[in-house]
Amino acid sequence: MAELTYRDAVARGIAQEMTRDPDVVFFGEDVAKAGGVFKTTIGLLEQFGPRRVRDTPISEQAILGAAMGAAMTGLKPIAEIMFSDFLAVCFDYIANEFPKARYMSNGQLKCPLVVRTGNGAGSRFGAQHSQSVENWAMMIPGLKVVAPSNPADVIGLMAAAVRDPDPVIFFEHKSLYAAKGEVPDGEIVDRLGTAKIVRPGKDATVLALALMMPRALEAAETLAQEHGIEVEVVDVRSLVPLDLATILSSVARTHRLFTVEENPRLCGWGAELASIAAEEAFYDLDGPVVRITTPHIPLPAADNLEDLALPSAPRIVDKIRRSLNA
Amino acid sequence: MTSRAQLKPVKLRNDALNEAKRLDLYRIQVEIRDCEQRAYDLFLQGLVKGTSHLSLGQEAVAAGFASAMEKGDLSFCTYRGHAHTLARGVPMDKVLGELMQRDNGLMRGKGGSMHLTSVAHGVMGSYAIIGAHLPIACGAAWRAQYKGQKDVSVCFFGDGTTNIGAFHEALNFAAVWKLPVIFVCENNLYMEYTPIRDVTAVKHPAADRAGAYGLERIVVDGNDADEVYRAACAAFDKARAGDGPSLIECLTYRHSGHSRADPAKYRPEGELEEWKKRDPIKVYRRRLLEAGIGESALKQIEDDSRRKVDAATEACKAAPPPPAEILTTDVYADGGWAWRN
Repeated sequence: MAELTYRDAVARGIAQEMTRDPDVVFFGEDVAKAGGVFKTTIGLLEQFGPRRVRDTPISEQAILGAAMGAAMTGLKPIAEIMFSDFLAVCFDYIANEFPKARYMSNGQLKCPLVVRTGNGAGSRFGAQHSQSVENWAMMIPGLKVVAPSNPADVIGLMAAAVRDPDPVIFFEHKSLYAAKGEVPDGEIVDRLGTAKIVRPGKDATVLALALMMPRALEAAETLAQEHGIEVEVVDVRSLVPLDLATILSSVARTHRLFTVEENPRLCGWGAELASIAAEEAFYDLDGPVVRITTPHIPLPAADNLEDLALPSAPRIVDKIRRSLNA
Repeated sequence: MTSRAQLKPVKLRNDALNEAKRLDLYRIQVEIRDCEQRAYDLFLQGLVKGTSHLSLGQEAVAAGFASAMEKGDLSFCTYRGHAHTLARGVPMDKVLGELMQRDNGLMRGKGGSMHLTSVAHGVMGSYAIIGAHLPIACGAAWRAQYKGQKDVSVCFFGDGTTNIGAFHEALNFAAVWKLPVIFVCENNLYMEYTPIRDVTAVKHPAADRAGAYGLERIVVDGNDADEVYRAACAAFDKARAGDGPSLIECLTYRHSGHSRADPAKYRPEGELEEWKKRDPIKVYRRRLLEAGIGESALKQIEDDSRRKVDAATEACKAAPPPPAEILTTDVYADGGWAWRN
């Protein structure tokens, strides 16, 4: 067991898989010689050489298209799109190519690849470099979508994503890169499609992922200490496949459901969860499902405004406390 | 209209086309013509559904390239991909079955006319988003380079593709990484309904951009299967030698509209008739006769082709529609569509 940053966990996860499988290759803008603009991939070029770790031009369509062609024909590429906002530049591959190749070809084509991308706010970069867009990927049949919240999950879910036979969009949170966590020694392999109950509780279920996880946990601690409310915090981790067994069984125990989402309000991932809960857990619920989200606005650059926009621990506490009339 | 006299013949190696190769080039063109014409007829009968984009008049490009390929080489096509799929040896009933959205189709009706795919024949998909498959072909070529495999990826697209970003990203990427990929522009003079010259800054939409990526400017007569074949062979040699990508612009003309919905009324009067005089199949037939190949050998190919199309048509008419249970298969690699537990 060692303490590792989320940032270093990215490189360790990739290195673990590149060591295991010579067909795993890694490429993107500034990822090799520079070690990534977020310094997440330092040392990979030195360890694996320029044949397997490659810098590309600023050509997001070429990056994702090449990843797909390589994946279709026998490699296991990991491609980096520097900021998740840039997925909009190459969205054809996300929306039309990766997820439809297998279906349209009646199972002839495969697309086993991973797209890693820096997601989320907190860096005061403004509206085009700060978005949480995991819901963009979640809505497309044929993709798998994960968003880890801690270093151990980064490694374990990276391994699961690389070993998965389907295209996986891997959302790393930029504001978590410096966060530290305990990471077991040796190989770590997790499972896609598994949520995790990180803090048990009896009064309400709180769903979160990525940067909203530490905030939900901080809120849970305050609720317990100051208001006597014991919430169960579930790290959703994987939006597709979605671990509804874990989520709905938690709701069946707590009878209340809250989501904490960084994506803007409309069609955020929590909307789907709320819809599922309304359909399948209606009689378990003692009150309405409550979504705590970023308002439906582009994100501002100014730090005080950005802080106002994102769900914060005090806002989560306040919303849950008032909803439970406690 | 670009006249034949304006085409610069390119000096190429591999000039030794023997009789068997020429007959094969003829056969492929005739089979594509017959199958495409049948697709059109079946559409008029309401048996080909959805849309279809025919390659009538452009057969020489498909035949020339497919003849130059080796087993294992990969084709990446557009929605106008029937010709390239047939040229790689995919049976007509599989193609027509897909166009008719029957269970016997290449993808059992799940892809349709615009997405013909036959991995067993090296047809790695037909892509209906303009430009999308150029980077994909780069990726397949990267895999060959990475693994030291000798196959070449060939990417076919129309003149309209040269004005989309993915074209330029792929060309630069392939050139910088020196990938074994061949980009083949079928310039049929119209992007869809609009003349390509009205919307493009240069005369030759593909070839005149080659220099920007350090590539040779290559324009060939796309209605001459021999010329296409020779240009293709040179590009394959270059790719297999590790000397990187080629961009080849084949000048040709589609005899039909852009898609089934297009009567092509935008064409100037007489243009189609002019190009029909240069119909690639007529041109090639005449050449073979002049070269001393007997009329009977050509007639045999033509008769066989018609028989194949008729048999395929009957097989497809008799085939059932796809069964309901495949609606949700093959979304994910486990064969199903489950997004939750």
